[in-house]
Amino acid sequence: MATVATRRPIADRAIGLVLIAPALAVVGLFFVAPLLMSAVVAFRGKEGGFTLEHFAKAFDFYTTDLLFTLWIVVLSTLLIGLVAIAIAGYLTLGGHPRSVAILRWLYRWPLFIPFVVAGQLMRTFLAKNGMLNHVLIGSGLIEPLSAQSLLDWRGIVVAFVWKQAPFVTLLLAGAMASLETQHIEAARNLGARRLRVLIDIVLPQVRGTLLVGLVLSFVTMLSVLSVPLMINPNSPTMMTVDVAYRISTHGDYPVANALCLLSLGLAAIGAVFYLRQAARSAEAT
Amino acid sequence: MSAPGRSSPLRLPALPSPLRAFVAAIVLALLAFAIFGPLLNLLLWAFAERWYFPSKLPSEFGLTYWYRVFQPRGNALASLGTSIWIAVLTVLFSLAVAIPAGYALARLKLPWRGAILLVFLLPQAVPNLPVYVNIAQVFYQIGLNGTIIGVVLVHASHGLVLAVWIASAAFASVDVSLEEASRNLGASAWTCWRTVTLPLAAPGLIASAIFVFLESLDEFTGTYFVGVPDVTTLPLLMFNATMGGNYQISSITALLLLIPSIGFMLVVERFLKADVLAMVGR
Repeated sequence: MATVATRRPIADRAIGLVLIAPALAVVGLFFVAPLLMSAVVAFRGKEGGFTLEHFAKAFDFYTTDLLFTLWIVVLSTLLIGLVAIAIAGYLTLGGHPRSVAILRWLYRWPLFIPFVVAGQLMRTFLAKNGMLNHVLIGSGLIEPLSAQSLLDWRGIVVAFVWKQAPFVTLLLAGAMASLETQHIEAARNLGARRLRVLIDIVLPQVRGTLLVGLVLSFVTMLSVLSVPLMINPNSPTMMTVDVAYRISTHGDYPVANALCLLSLGLAAIGAVFYLRQAARSAEAT
Repeated sequence: MSAPGRSSPLRLPALPSPLRAFVAAIVLALLAFAIFGPLLNLLLWAFAERWYFPSKLPSEFGLTYWYRVFQPRGNALASLGTSIWIAVLTVLFSLAVAIPAGYALARLKLPWRGAILLVFLLPQAVPNLPVYVNIAQVFYQIGLNGTIIGVVLVHASHGLVLAVWIASAAFASVDVSLEEASRNLGASAWTCWRTVTLPLAAPGLIASAIFVFLESLDEFTGTYFVGVPDVTTLPLLMFNATMGGNYQISSITALLLLIPSIGFMLVVERFLKADVLAMVGR
């Protein structure tokens, strides 16, 4: 009679590989291979051979956009982290059951709204004649003449945070909900304030989840084309817009791929964070 | 209320509780405006016949643009059909390869496990633009550009990864002792998987199917590069309407895209329990 304990490890490995092979093949063929192709195209000269001229051209034209992209994505990631910690923290530790219930119902609305729709929403909401300005003027907070359009880098940041913060909050609140409550209750019984419990006891235990959510958001925002295209298509803009422009207007695949590799470099910074965290949690278990 | 003798820079004077409730109400109201303001604005645009600068509200409401969107041979209905068809094919294809892979990752000893996990991390952890750019070039040469299959393959290579992760988390959260009990009672590995593991992991698997469906339905960049010129999904139609300055048409299309997104948001926690969420990315 077969029991779990007597499985043969080699047969087990073979079965595992067979089960995983189709998924690996799809990702390999339609993701990894085109990615490698990007590296080849970006470094290949007109007559073949290695060249850096595409990168020189990319830096020549688009250094501002590179910095602009980095600024937007870093700022958005920080804001997303703050919003997510605040909301998830209140959901876990909040004292008013009714406020907690309202917040739980409220924060998730943008969760699955696609970027392209978020871009369209913000394009009308943040415009000079948009609802935000009407409300600000109506409530007397600003003068009609000082109303300005937010459809520049600020609009992109707003759209990113609006769309991505609920995702990180969901992950974070899930992780916080599965924590042991003994420590939290003990600290509360000893009289610790909620903010202190959040920072000293809860956050250190969910750091990994927070980091995973933020890195995923960072990388996702780096490759969103629709939001910058709809909110801020003119220079300086995000690199995704430049890539689309190089291809659709000039058919210039080498420089487009060089730009892509540069944004890969930015993502690599995020990946290093993630891998360090993954290594640390692997040590812990 | 407070521990004696312990001071910290974070200590603020405690607010009296009516004031505290008032502050909470204000913060919730601001958050509600930040979340629903843009959605309300979209609703106004979807039903606006005329809306001229600088009036706060449309001068005339009506359904003219709705008739235009839903006319029998209109672009929107065709795009909706295309989008749903692509999403269904993407889900079937993704789950067929993701369920075995997720199970293997969660339960079996795999050689090169770290490297395999890294490969399944790539499509979420690497900007997708270079992939779309080059796959479009390759698909163009082999005649897959502008075809449904081409778009499905691109969507699946991305959605599949999410499906593998969630499936693996769902399988990992199934209690091993239940499986062992069934095996010790004489069930074969296949019977045990089919009657114990799969049903217990089913909510997570359904969640992953819905995720993949939504991701495909909402996907923009890949379709933008690979779908042209023949495959126009709903997001592309919406984008074209927005860039053409036709805010009514684009708002109505956006509303169509919002219905499944918000519907899923409202039920997601029924499928994706905290214990599964806590396993994601482990």
